[in-house]
Order: sequence, then C-alpha cells, then structure tokens
Amino acid sequence: MKRAGFSTRWLPILLLLPQLSIILIFFYWPAAHAVKSSFYLQDPFGFGETFVGMKNYTSLLNSSAYLRSAQFTVVFTLLVTILSLSLALLLAVKADKVIKGAKAYRTLLMWVYAVAPPVAGVIGLVLFDQTWGPLKDFFGLFGWDFRLGVNYFDTAFAMVVVSVWKQLPVNFIFFLSGLQSIPKSVREAALIDNRSASGRFWDVTFPLLAPTAFFLLIINITYALFDTFGIIDTVVKGEPSNNPMTLVYRVYVDGFRGNDLGGSSAQSVVLMVLVLALTVFQFRMVERRIHYT
Amino acid sequence: MKHLSFVSAAALALVANTAFAETEITWWHAMGGKLGDTVNQIAADFNASQDEYTITPVFKGSYEETLTAGIAAFRAGEQPNIMQVFDAGAATVIGAKGATVPVQDLLEANGVEFDINDYISGVRYFYADADGKMIGMPFNSSSPIMYFNVDALAAAGVEAPKTWEEFETVTAPALVAAGYIPLAESHSPWIFVENFMSRHNLPFATNDNGYTSVDTQILVNSDELKMHWTNVKEWLDEGYFGWYGASWDDNQAPFEECKVALWMGSSGSFGGLMQKDLPFEFSATYLPYWESITTEPTQTFIGGASLFAMAGQSDEENAATAAFFDYLTSPEVQYMWHRETGYVPITTAAYEMAKADGHYDRFPAAEVGIQQLSLASGENTKGYRMGFYVQIRDVMNREFGRILTGETSVDDAFATIESEANELLSRFAMTQG
Repeated sequence: MKRAGFSTRWLPILLLLPQLSIILIFFYWPAAHAVKSSFYLQDPFGFGETFVGMKNYTSLLNSSAYLRSAQFTVVFTLLVTILSLSLALLLAVKADKVIKGAKAYRTLLMWVYAVAPPVAGVIGLVLFDQTWGPLKDFFGLFGWDFRLGVNYFDTAFAMVVVSVWKQLPVNFIFFLSGLQSIPKSVREAALIDNRSASGRFWDVTFPLLAPTAFFLLIINITYALFDTFGIIDTVVKGEPSNNPMTLVYRVYVDGFRGNDLGGSSAQSVVLMVLVLALTVFQFRMVERRIHYT
Repeated sequence: MKHLSFVSAAALALVANTAFAETEITWWHAMGGKLGDTVNQIAADFNASQDEYTITPVFKGSYEETLTAGIAAFRAGEQPNIMQVFDAGAATVIGAKGATVPVQDLLEANGVEFDINDYISGVRYFYADADGKMIGMPFNSSSPIMYFNVDALAAAGVEAPKTWEEFETVTAPALVAAGYIPLAESHSPWIFVENFMSRHNLPFATNDNGYTSVDTQILVNSDELKMHWTNVKEWLDEGYFGWYGASWDDNQAPFEECKVALWMGSSGSFGGLMQKDLPFEFSATYLPYWESITTEPTQTFIGGASLFAMAGQSDEENAATAAFFDYLTSPEVQYMWHRETGYVPITTAAYEMAKADGHYDRFPAAEVGIQQLSLASGENTKGYRMGFYVQIRDVMNREFGRILTGETSVDDAFATIESEANELLSRFAMTQG
C-alpha cells in the first residue's frame, strides 16, 4: 500500500503557517502579555508601573467579592449546562416522534438560535422588568415579589432563564440530528427486546447519543462561562452593584470599566488555568467512557 | 449632464480644498441622545463661526467606555485632541502626567485670556491640581438636586423638606398618607456619600480629600454616614423610601409615573424631564441636610464630566483645541448648553446672561443646581481625587444594595467599603510608581 504524504518537508509547514500565525498573534502573544501584566500594577496610560509579584493573585484570593463571583459562576455554569442540555434532549426526543407538521415544529424550536446574546438579554429585561414585566406579574400571582436588579436571587434567576432559553436551540439541533442518525434497524431490534419506551431510551438511544452529548457538554460549559457575557451585561444594565456576576464579566468590570490592568490580567490568567484544567479533565475522565461508532 | 458633473467636481474640489486648509481636531465624548444632539450643534456652530478649524465630535458610548477608548487610543498614539472624562475617572487621567496638557497651560500658551475666578465657585477646583491649576475644562457640570412633584406635595399639604429631620417627621408620613412613596434617588454613591460629605462639609478622604498625594485613605466609615444609612434602611422598611436597584433609569421611572413624590437626580436631568412632558408639575430644590450634623450646610460637588486636551498633538491642533475651549466657555454657548440640557453654566458671565434673559423666571428649577453649587464653601467641598474610583463606587453600590436587601448590616457594610476602598487606593498608588 502506498503511503499518502507530501514529497517535501516544507510544504506542510507552509500550509500550516497561516493557521499557526493566527494562533500565535491572536492567542499566545496576548496570553503571554496577560501573564506578564498580572505581575505588575500599571498606570492605564502607561506612564508608571510597579512590579508587585503575586500580589494581584493574593488580593483576588482575599477578596470576598471575587470568591462570591467564583461561587456564582460555578452554580450558574452547572445550572445553565444541565438545564439547557436536559430540556433540549427532552424536546429533541419528542420532536423526533412528531410526524405531522414536524418541520414547522422544528423550525419554531430552532429560530431562537438566531438571536444575539445582548438581544436575548433585552428580551429578558422586558419580560422580567420590575415595574411592567409580564413575568413579574405572573410570579406575583404566586406571592413572589420578583424584582430584577434589586434582589440577588431574582437577578440570578433571570440570568439563568435567559441563558438557558438562548442555548436550547443549538442543543436541540444537535440532539435531533444525533437521534436521526441512529439506524432504524437498531431501533427496531430494541423494540423487539424491550417494550418499555424509557428503558429503550436509556439502554439503547442514550449511549448512541453520547458522543453528541459529550460534544454539547463542552460547548455548553464554554457558553455558560464566556458567551453569556452579553446577557449578563444587559441584565445588570452596566451597574454590577449587588447583582450576581460571572468571573468573565468581572474581568471586564475591573479591566475595561475600572482600568485596573494588573488585577484584571491576574483574573484572566486564573480563568485561563481553569479552562485548561477543565478541558484536560473532560478529555481524560469523560471521553474515555464514550464509544464512537 | 456634462455640465452638472463639472459643477459637482468643482464643488468637490472646493470642499477638499477648504478641508485641507483647515486644522481638523476630534472630540470624543459620552453624550448620547438629546445631549449628543446638543454636542453636535455646538460643534457645527463652532465650525460655522470661523474657517480656520474644524472639530468633529465622536460619540464613544458611556463615560467608562469613552475613557477606556481614549486610553487605548493614547497607548496606540491615536488619541483624539479632546476627551471627555467623568468625575470618577479624574484621578486616572490627572494622575497620568504627560497624557494631557493642563487646560490652563493650553489656553495661556495660545493667547486665550484665562482667569479661574471667572468660573463659578463649585466648578473651579474639582478638575484642578493641588495648587489650583485647572487641568480639565469643566464641561457638563451638574450637581445632585431634589426634584419634587408639586401636585403630590400639595395633596399631602407639605413643602419640600429642607432637612432630613423634617423629611422623617413631617414630609414622609404626609406623603405616605397621600398615597405616595415619598423618596427615591438614582445614584447612591454620588448622592448619599460624595455629596453627603460636601453638603455637611465632612472630610471624604485623607490628604485633603486626596488632592495632595496618592497614598490616600477613604473616610467613609464615619458615624455620620452610618447614621444616615441606618435611617435610609429604616425609611425603606417603613415605606418612606423606594429603591429600584442601582440603575439610574429604574429609580427615575417611578417619579415620572407619579408613584414617587421626591426624586434625587442630576441637575442635568432637567432637560430630559422637560422634554418628557410629564403629567404633573415638577420643581426642584437643594439636597436636604441633617440638622443634627450641621446647622450651616455647604455647597455640593460638581458631577458630570470635563474635557481634557490630550498630549502629543501638533501646535496647530493645540491652537485649534484652545480656540474651541475659548468658544465653548463663551457666555452665549454656555447659556445655550445650560438651557438645552440643564447642566450648569460654568462661568459667572453665562449665569448672569441666563438670569438677565429671564430663564429662571420661566424655569425656577433650572437654577437650583447652580445655586446649590454657589452656597457657602468649606474646606471639604472643592471635590475629591481618588484612584480606581470607578471600582470604589462599584463596591459602595454593592454594599448599599446588600444593606437595602437585608443581606448585611450598616456597620459591616461600611467596614467592608472602607477596607476594600483602601485596598484599591493603595493599589492605585502603586500604579503611579
């Protein structure tokens, strides 16, 4: 058998160069810069700076506000990921069974995908508004005095709901296509072996969906950590105050709003390490249990 | 057809020619909506008033976004000629010596007559250095004032309160009985801390409120402030005070909807309120004070923002910037800005012109801001200068929110504000090293 390959050593390197230089310029260089500035306290205009060693990191660990944001970020990420995955799976399983009007039903479930995060945030603001929001009136029926931007819990609730709503369609599309790629013969064989629908789902369908689910898990965690920025910024109306904040939003608040370059660099380095650890964990621990067909 | 294209080509050449001859400068600002329209009007009028210079105003978003954009541009060597910086960013921009040309130097170098005493007293020194040299040109200067719903006060049979004691014992109970939430305010750190300090002539920070050095400590953990906030929380619980989060608009809306009778906002809110054609008559008065703290209340700080001339520009462009500042501070332009927006006129001459024109006979509320800024001054009323002040305000807002939602006590909150603010101040001091 003839081995496919390049005749010269330089061609593959040449072909890789554009991609590598993009990564170098837009990822490694700024990342190295962030690591360096995290050891300094610097005048934003660039006139003066002091080397402070690990001080930017220790003051993060000693800041109760930072730890509170970290705690919120964990809870927020777990809730958004679990809720948006499980709801999307439920909808996809149900949509898969629909025969009449299937297209209209699927389109309706998908089109939220086209909504940009800040727009989703604005829609959330309108629905949850503390004076004239219809959802606030609805909660009022149950005696819940819902006040967005005033109560920590209420604001967090709105953030989670809007973020989950925004992410559902992506998960739905992937789950649905995952379901439809399961061969009919497998399903028919399962139907003979097991008459219980839920039993068939957990024994046959779900393991076959696992590669899709694993991919979505990573996508959703990244989404909850980073891409919800626009939603959070809109919901808190630019005034963080006593509202909950994710770590990514805090980097923006301290770095871009407050011009604390050293402190916010330290925060982004912490995030970088977290994401790295998370990725390693996912591929080492979770992916091993998944069987690709 | 041929004729027409010849004419347009000629016109184009003419435009290109004049553009080439004129010195062009840019002005980055944070004035959106109606304020932005007025800024554009001022720039257009300036361009039309002479043919040596052309100024182009550019809206860069919120105050914070404008400052950040200006810093990024400065580091890339692409800074605008004029940048608008708000009160909380003053320490950052003034601390970076070499980022800006002090406006007083700029004007004097370009032969524009400058006397700091032409400016009204509350405005004069906020953006000045410790020696009293003006660094930033006060532009949209405002002060927090108390607006009131005239109909609501009449229905309750009370007047706008002069002191917090009067509010607590007379005004608030009567307004509650008349079916109103008595009070709301739109910016707790600005109104209930910074101007609380200047209204009562209390020191806000060490080192002469931070003007003389950067190793400054904040003095918010004081009995007076804690007493005030203990009362604010009690008022909230008794229904005397409404709090709708840290967003400015969410606290202003209930006043416009006739739910809240007294609302503390900016003197610069006046133009917007007038434009909204509210279904009730409104007016304004000074911020109340505590008689238990002082019987001689003093003036308030200016808020809003000022214009800084960025360094690193050519002499011609600096001359253009000086000419624009000269134009901007003329009584006519100041009066126009004051009339359209509600921001205070920054010079005595402009104030006199507004008076002579009968502006305050027509709109008495428009004069409250400038009158309050012209009240007796004290050693603690010229302003404050603290670095990372945006974050310090965020800390205050967070702790006040936690006090008002019952998550923390007043004592704990102020201890937290003090320690976190001092940590931020010491970090800022190190950025200057």
